[in-house]
Amino acid sequence: MSVFSEVPQAAPVAVFKLTADFREDKDPNKVNLGVGAYRTDDSQPWVLPVVKKVERMIVEDQSLNHEYLPILGLPEFRSSASKIALGEESPAILENRVGGVQSLGGTGALKIGAEFLRRWYNGHNNTATPVYVSAPTWENHNAVFSDAGFKDIRPYKYWDAEKRGLALDAFLTDLETAPEHSIFVLHACAHNPTGTDPKPDEWKKIAEVMKRKNLFVFFDSAYQGFASGSLEKDAWAIRYFVSQGFELLCAQSFSKNFGLYNERVGNLTVVAKDSENLSRVLSQMEKIVRTTWSNPPSQGARLVAITLNSPELFAEWQANVKTMADRVLLMRAELQAKLQALGTPGTWDHITHQIGMFSFTGLNPKQVEYMIKQKHVYLMASGRINMCGLTTKNIDYVAQSIHETVTKVQ
Amino acid sequence: MALLKSSKIFSSVGAFSPSLGVFPIRASSWWSEVQMGPPDPILGVTEAFKRDTNAKKMNLGVGAYRDDQGKPYVLSCVRKAEAQIAAKKLDKEYLAIGGLGEFNKACVELALGADSEVLKSGRSVTVQTISGTGSLRIGANYLSRFHTVARDVYLPKPSWGNHTPIFRDAGLQLKAYTYYDPSTCGFNFKGALDDISKIPEKSIVLVHACAHNPTGVDPRQEQWKEMAALMKKKNLLVFFDMAYQGFASGDINRDAWAVRHFIEQGHNIVLSQSFAKNMGLYGERVGGFTVVCNDAEEAKRVESQLKILIRPIYSNPPMNGARIAATILNTPELRNEWLEEVHGMANRIIKMREQLAANLKKEGSTHNWQHVIDQIGMFCFTGLKPEQVERLTKEFSVYMTKDGRISMAGVTSGNVGYLAHGIHEVTK
Repeated sequence: MSVFSEVPQAAPVAVFKLTADFREDKDPNKVNLGVGAYRTDDSQPWVLPVVKKVERMIVEDQSLNHEYLPILGLPEFRSSASKIALGEESPAILENRVGGVQSLGGTGALKIGAEFLRRWYNGHNNTATPVYVSAPTWENHNAVFSDAGFKDIRPYKYWDAEKRGLALDAFLTDLETAPEHSIFVLHACAHNPTGTDPKPDEWKKIAEVMKRKNLFVFFDSAYQGFASGSLEKDAWAIRYFVSQGFELLCAQSFSKNFGLYNERVGNLTVVAKDSENLSRVLSQMEKIVRTTWSNPPSQGARLVAITLNSPELFAEWQANVKTMADRVLLMRAELQAKLQALGTPGTWDHITHQIGMFSFTGLNPKQVEYMIKQKHVYLMASGRINMCGLTTKNIDYVAQSIHETVTKVQ
Repeated sequence: MALLKSSKIFSSVGAFSPSLGVFPIRASSWWSEVQMGPPDPILGVTEAFKRDTNAKKMNLGVGAYRDDQGKPYVLSCVRKAEAQIAAKKLDKEYLAIGGLGEFNKACVELALGADSEVLKSGRSVTVQTISGTGSLRIGANYLSRFHTVARDVYLPKPSWGNHTPIFRDAGLQLKAYTYYDPSTCGFNFKGALDDISKIPEKSIVLVHACAHNPTGVDPRQEQWKEMAALMKKKNLLVFFDMAYQGFASGDINRDAWAVRHFIEQGHNIVLSQSFAKNMGLYGERVGGFTVVCNDAEEAKRVESQLKILIRPIYSNPPMNGARIAATILNTPELRNEWLEEVHGMANRIIKMREQLAANLKKEGSTHNWQHVIDQIGMFCFTGLKPEQVERLTKEFSVYMTKDGRISMAGVTSGNVGYLAHGIHEVTK
């Protein structure tokens, strides 16, 4: 009799199943608008030229070894990563109250932050603190916080399906009525999956309520630079909140903006009131890291640190990021134009108003099913498409498919 | 600890002016009640070592291999694998949640042996993990969620310091079984069997596959056989931690003997593997977690649940180290070179053990230092008491942990005489 005979089969993670189904599909016109990874206009993965350059540097440098990193990670990576988010001249950085925890991608940064908050925020081991995630949100947010022990994970209104934009008033209401000290997970830019971000004056309103109601700010920043092409613009919200005196956590991912998906490069930036609080917080983060992965992987952090700390490489990186952002913006413009030209029922302005890798098309589950089964265009059941999956070669087919779907299926 | 009172709010932050760059009124912090975490005992040793200006200082806390010049050693097979990989110009797309398939396959084959019936029947699942720690943590999380019949994990006394907090953070309870005999600096076999015989059915028992950390004391094969039989009789779930395969005796098959024997005896074990030491891939975080199941169908169910556990921690594992390890294991010339290099590392350690014991004799020590030679792997439990350790550090700048553990990897032919002298001075 096995100890594991009662272990049930778990459902596959939806986004990976979509890609698996896409791979099996034999249709020559098939298009994958599922998984969130950048693709070139030839539908190929793209290793950034600056990454190739720095990788060569690393392989050829015989003085480098594979020794353990410190528990909190590579120091030059942590500091440069936090600078990217907050700005080099950030008063918080100059006041020595900013720290970083190198983590396994954005997920890892969220995990360490969630574990820390569950142990040390709003009391000691207070699993009852409500955690608010946007409706909808990246599907892994829920699991990160619930596996960290939080028992009360709630949605805050965010996406207005009817007007296909931000449900700001409802969002602000949820903030006003949230219990004091609730944790709110905010997408710093390029909201996943809707691509809909608050405008600066809307962020100001959000910040005002959060300050007044003593709510905790946890930013998820997975697309800095990738959204608008500008690092500063994409970090505006984070920097605004810091300027308003918030202590906050910010989970950063370098998966997309460096194209380093599989090297798991992330950073949890901690902004505290002062350096004394910061050092106690980091000491506790160390304990959490020690029982999760001991110390983080070296390769990706080294690569990012070298790039960010060299003026030429940094400039080259910014240009590479802009290349990606520009191609996405172009695809948005083209798709919207083509749908308009086809006279596809409904409004399609949201495609160009939204930003980042994803677009919430507004297609309903029946329409999504038609797209997949009849047109072999793969997208998430929520209607989310990955703009990177669009190319000049397939955009006509995708536009026509959307047109056919919307006219045939209600 | 009481809930934060409402006085800790941002009542005064409204007075803050962003352009000034300073806070006119210091509001209180969310983190005022956060305690300072205690310093890591091993890291503390290295920090103190760094500050010491004595030219003869020795760092014997470090759990990483050093060559005979005291330098970190990047294996030649690793450099070759890296060059091969660079030439392939691979993309950086996400790995599957369970990691690199060719790594997982090679990893478990290394542990179980290519001819293992378990592998032929497909009744095991292996996932790539963040080195040994990550593997233990995934294993602990998995058992905590699915092994609901028992909450207790039995560790050998003593065990690696990080075992306890890992299992505790996963929600399990820690207990211990007798292991080390301080009077002999060896294995307390009878004590271990006694304690094991009292462990409640279905409890989880953790064993170090080889090169026990921190003592360096391993059971002999006949002793392993009896332990396997007893644990089977008591229906215990055996969790193997194998962080030093190849590194202990120099022979990867010999070092995996206990793992393979338990499986042959019908134990469905869980197994953590690390490639930090035996491939020198420390900072790349290369490891594997394996569950041996009844059949392939069960293995599939277990695999699906492991993925569900992994996804909210780090989504999917890092590529670089696993790719290097897979390249080495799956390329015959590189694999052979690796086996030689691992043998070389183990041999140097063994030689240092012999030299230390010989030098202690030369110093005129009347103590029995046989255990220095009998113990195996990176670490040696010297038997030094805390006061003696303190003297060794203060008077000779030899840094080690308070429990008397030294890392033989930090010993070289250049400093073994000095070390022997210091040990003799504090123990005579």
